[in-house]
Amino acid sequence: MSDLAGLSSTLLYAAFLLYLVATIFFGGSIRQKGLRESEGLNRWGKLAITVTVIGFVAQLGYFFTRWAAAGHAPVSNLFEFTTFFGMMVVGAFILIFFIYKTAVLGLFALPVAIIIIAYASMFPREISPLIPALQSNWLHIHVTTAALGQAILSISFVAGIIYLVKNIDQSISTKKTKWLETVMFFIVTVVGFIIVTTGFALADYSATFEYVNKEEAADVQEYNVPALVGPNEGVLVTDGKMNPLVDMPALINAKKLNTVLWSLGAGIILYLAIRLIARKRVAAIMQPLVRNVSSDLLDEISYRSVLIGFPVFTLGALIFAMIWAQIAWTRFWGWDPKEVWALITFLFYAAFLHLRLSKGWHGEKSAWLAVIGFGIIMFNLVAVNLVIAGLHSYAG
Amino acid sequence: MGKVKCECGHVNPHGTILCESCGRALTEEAKKENLVDMRYEGSARRSQTYNKTIIDKVWNFFSSVKVGIWIIVLILVAASFGTILPQEFYIPSNVEPEVYYEDVYGWFGKIYYMIGFHDLYNSIWFSALIAALGVSLVICSLDRVIPLYRALKTQRVDRHESFMKKQRLFAEQTGSLQEADMEKVRAELKKKHYKIREKNGSLLAEKNRFSRWGPYVNHVGLILFLVGAMLRSVQGMYVDELLWIREGETLQIPGTDGEYYVKNDQFTLENYEEGEDPEVFNEAINRVGTVAKNYQTDAILYHDENNGLPGAKPELSEVKHDDIQVNEPMKFDNFAVYQTSFRQDEMKAMHFALTNKVTGEEFGEVVVDLFDQQEMYDLGNGYKVELLGYYPDFDGFTEEGEPTSKSPLPNKPAFLFNMISPEKPDGEVSFVEIQNTMEPLGETTYKMAFKNLETRDVSALTIRKDLTLPILSIGGIIFMIGVIQGAYWNHRRIWIREKDGSIYTAGHTNKNWHGLKREIHTILEGTAVPEPEDRQTD
Repeated sequence: MSDLAGLSSTLLYAAFLLYLVATIFFGGSIRQKGLRESEGLNRWGKLAITVTVIGFVAQLGYFFTRWAAAGHAPVSNLFEFTTFFGMMVVGAFILIFFIYKTAVLGLFALPVAIIIIAYASMFPREISPLIPALQSNWLHIHVTTAALGQAILSISFVAGIIYLVKNIDQSISTKKTKWLETVMFFIVTVVGFIIVTTGFALADYSATFEYVNKEEAADVQEYNVPALVGPNEGVLVTDGKMNPLVDMPALINAKKLNTVLWSLGAGIILYLAIRLIARKRVAAIMQPLVRNVSSDLLDEISYRSVLIGFPVFTLGALIFAMIWAQIAWTRFWGWDPKEVWALITFLFYAAFLHLRLSKGWHGEKSAWLAVIGFGIIMFNLVAVNLVIAGLHSYAG
Repeated sequence: MGKVKCECGHVNPHGTILCESCGRALTEEAKKENLVDMRYEGSARRSQTYNKTIIDKVWNFFSSVKVGIWIIVLILVAASFGTILPQEFYIPSNVEPEVYYEDVYGWFGKIYYMIGFHDLYNSIWFSALIAALGVSLVICSLDRVIPLYRALKTQRVDRHESFMKKQRLFAEQTGSLQEADMEKVRAELKKKHYKIREKNGSLLAEKNRFSRWGPYVNHVGLILFLVGAMLRSVQGMYVDELLWIREGETLQIPGTDGEYYVKNDQFTLENYEEGEDPEVFNEAINRVGTVAKNYQTDAILYHDENNGLPGAKPELSEVKHDDIQVNEPMKFDNFAVYQTSFRQDEMKAMHFALTNKVTGEEFGEVVVDLFDQQEMYDLGNGYKVELLGYYPDFDGFTEEGEPTSKSPLPNKPAFLFNMISPEKPDGEVSFVEIQNTMEPLGETTYKMAFKNLETRDVSALTIRKDLTLPILSIGGIIFMIGVIQGAYWNHRRIWIREKDGSIYTAGHTNKNWHGLKREIHTILEGTAVPEPEDRQTD
């Protein structure tokens, strides 16, 4: 049993590394001159997609071996779901890649998937048993379809961001360049979060606080990064660790806020470092990479991903969700925050499609919408689970 | 209202922009445009044609997709506000919401409550937005689908060259169509599943027209869904009840009009245990502490055969045994009974022994059922215990020294006993609560010594009937069919026409132009037929 679990982790590492390698190959493939949409793939491109597919197969291996070890599909906590979502992003990319054969898409889609998987591994990774509410085949059906839908919609974001990197004029500072930099900063901050968390985890940092929780009872909280902000009336119990600069009121989860502060700090430092070294906006650094791709094609990929992803998302995140909610929670709809944000995602992409069809929002406007849509999906994944937390907060 | 007759002879409805049959521009604006607006085939839409009466104005307002998008966005934004703080139905039910929001979330909570966001999804304005969406769906769809259907049905094979010239994909070249080329083109088109129609040297190849109906089909599904959701408020369509039932109890199932009863035979709570459950779970169990594995009520469902007979006592006949678990509700008729919650170890009965304080001798045991007390417990040989008072949820004494109970639930039971013995035939009074005994009327010879406590679990079952589910399901299925129909297929048309020594080719698709261009490329490759060019570039 545990051998299987071990094999499973190894396969996940392998997939992670293969995605990194594939990204580099995709980078190589677009550096070659004259790659136009009509010309098909060069050798680097073929190598890149091959490595991607092998990585995807390795991750499928992770998925099924872990399934065998646990006795249920590994989509039951935040680590497993997010990893699966990352895998689906790669899967969706492969699907779209075989329709449009655009190498530059891989150069952006794979890093997004890599960041998502790395982010996932910051959460507890052990195999957890299923609580009663999750003991249903609908767990597999609902969660996998919802994740697949979100992943395909994410490809729309990838195509959209490439469109924006390519088409926004970087020679002057405008509102558009600022917003695009904001998106880049967010991505850098997630990387910052991963670096900080991994760094302190490797150093085995642990500081325990006794504090008074919001039910006014004594409680204990363990910090894995040094406490900038401490819990309500917190007292540091572990010797020789950093004392917080300030204590938070009981209503605020100081541990999570502390992690957010660290990530933002690391993000700012990283971002400024990139800007100082390159003396360019992050988007401007990327711009030469995407010069050769046709904007029209990017626009179509972005739109097509929404067209393919929207029905899958609706089926998984709303319809299957409602069927299961009726069985497990006695009602198909209960305005739980996760449900509401799935509905918001649905409504947003419905608006996207209508704007495109009847208002003619193509190109840049459509690309911005794709970016906002991904923002909503990420909000639902990150903030709704960790901050708002309703019935869906199984992980933590 | 006057019809519009086109030069080609076809009579179009009033308001038509492009002739349904040949495609000639019929309005001055359309004649001036470089590319024709093909969204609804230039058909006559009511909203674009009439704007006189109040009905016209309402129709026109709701037929606008722009208005529809605004409604969607407003719902989206409004819905997000409801997730900032928990909604009223998720806060603890024993606190007044008015107090709760301010207590827990301070001034922000107070404002949130004051503007009614604590129950946003049931507010009138939110319902009004949903209703507006419904109206928009109906009107938008009707305004477009009928004229579009007419236009696509009447379109002719040999479209006027002015129509072809104004297509996004278009090419013109002098020459004439060669039969050999056309043979090849036809074969290629067939291979790609196009339907080919030919007339007077013109060719129209078309496929997947049905995908144009996708949006309207999915709107029908959505409307059905909204109607289904509205029907919930109709009497008898919907039941939502909660039943707390103790182990051993048989209770009438609320919502069934006394027809059904349920017995809770046993409630079980299981947790995952190291050693018993798969080893891979150990790490998680160790980190989290306890992880629940199963909540289960072993239930027996009864039918009251005398239901409906006025005044008759219930005569229960067993229908079935069922183990109700989370995710495994018990079903009967249109009802489902769900495992929702539980309370463990509620006190059921307390055992006391009448004991001589000095010798420690016991004179028999008294079992006080906390739900069914006796006034007198006779222990024989002249020993009796009289229950003077029972306080299930003891809450201290009043100023007059009367014991009080704050609820009828046995959370903290206390008793006032009168112990009668041969020596004390009038009895001695003792006030007994858990771990404490008082002798309010003076010291006693005897005491009620606590021996044992019987407990049992209480299970909470949700009883649900929802007759709107079939309508919602059909709505959902129709919606999915429509969305897939519209999203996964594209309506494509290719026109080839020879006229006055020129060959015209044009192509149109409702989306995914790259796909159409590639398809046309393979179809026309190696022929003298000119390949249409995209005239709308980045």
